[in-house]
Amino acid sequence: MARGHHDVGGLPGAGPVDQTEHVLSDWEILADAVNQALTARGIKRTDEMRRAREEMDSATYRDMTYYERWIASIETILIEKKILTKEEIDRRLAAFEKKWGEP
Amino acid sequence: MGRAVNEASGRFRPGDRVRVRFEDRPGHIRTPWYVRGKSGWVERVYGDFHNPESLAYGGDGLPTRTLYLVAFNQADVFGAAEAPKDKVLVDIYEHWLDPAA
Amino acid sequence: MSDTHGSEQALEHPKHELSYYAKRIYAIRDLLLEKGVLDEKDIQCQIEYQEARSPANGAKLVARAWTDPAFKARLIADPKAACLEMGIDATSINEFVVLENTEKVRHVVVCTLCSCYPRPILGRPPDWYKSFNYRQRAVNDPRGVMREFGLTLSDDVEVRVHDSTADIRYLVLPLRPKGTETLSQADLEKLVTRDSMIGVMDALPALPKA
Repeated sequence: MARGHHDVGGLPGAGPVDQTEHVLSDWEILADAVNQALTARGIKRTDEMRRAREEMDSATYRDMTYYERWIASIETILIEKKILTKEEIDRRLAAFEKKWGEP
Repeated sequence: MGRAVNEASGRFRPGDRVRVRFEDRPGHIRTPWYVRGKSGWVERVYGDFHNPESLAYGGDGLPTRTLYLVAFNQADVFGAAEAPKDKVLVDIYEHWLDPAA
Repeated sequence: MSDTHGSEQALEHPKHELSYYAKRIYAIRDLLLEKGVLDEKDIQCQIEYQEARSPANGAKLVARAWTDPAFKARLIADPKAACLEMGIDATSINEFVVLENTEKVRHVVVCTLCSCYPRPILGRPPDWYKSFNYRQRAVNDPRGVMREFGLTLSDDVEVRVHDSTADIRYLVLPLRPKGTETLSQADLEKLVTRDSMIGVMDALPALPKA
């Protein structure tokens, strides 16, 4: 059992701390709010979200941005709890993409 | 998330020397790798909390576990320290701790 | 379907340009509302709650602690009650510990395993706090990190790094800068930066009078 990809304290090779900050995008604010709302409603626990991130594929984990990881974990937990299915998320997203227009 | 459910009923008191278990098991573990197998001492006893290792899988977090603030000398954890008095302090659950000499 | 965003400063991107997961949150939100798992009010409440939280809250606590020793003692003994006194809503924080800096001791807070942070007091953590470089180095190179933030300490100062691995949330009470005896509480608050309450730097020095 290897050390988890999230368990990074003391790992060598870290560089300077990048102090630039970014203004949150709409989707990040939404992700934050949906996450907190689901917890406030008792639908999921923060411990479950952490575990979902830890179980992610390591390469994916490092490549995703902070809120992308949250969204992926929210999806994992909601599917696990049978509140949503991947298929219905895919379908709804496809419908939105039609509305938004393709790049 | 856990919450202190009552005052500490655990086995360790401030000042007790403890060693973190070197376990390597799957699951949602909140004991960081860098302190596993290391020795330090109890600074504070925080009380009893629901166990995150169970909560993370939809469990009820019972039985509760006593949570401790455990202090370590930097040099004891990382082999070196820039300054001799520097310390790292970690919140660790009782089932990860054994008494140390 | 309207987007709920309260912040004037939020960036709005054309949706079709968003990444895979960024797009998915809109679909997830839509479905959760449709199924009655959440309602619009739940989401809007959280957005507003988050916007009400900022380092200004922490600065108020610190400035009052600097000027009022009895309050400081109450803040350290029972931080949630002290917040209530100041009209700061800390009820959603599970356990809250205030770490007092002194001339001889500095505290630094990190969450190496994820990004735990006293959000109900300070708001969202800065990007750097959540970064891998900070999470890796805060525990074994705190002085290196502090130097990047402009703070150099002598060897006889003890640096204590707290890794928030459980439900305790830590706030650093920075040292009151010298020469600030005549400053008002409002002026003192301006010296208390967010980063000084994480512990990677001290509070700002008082500006010299012209």
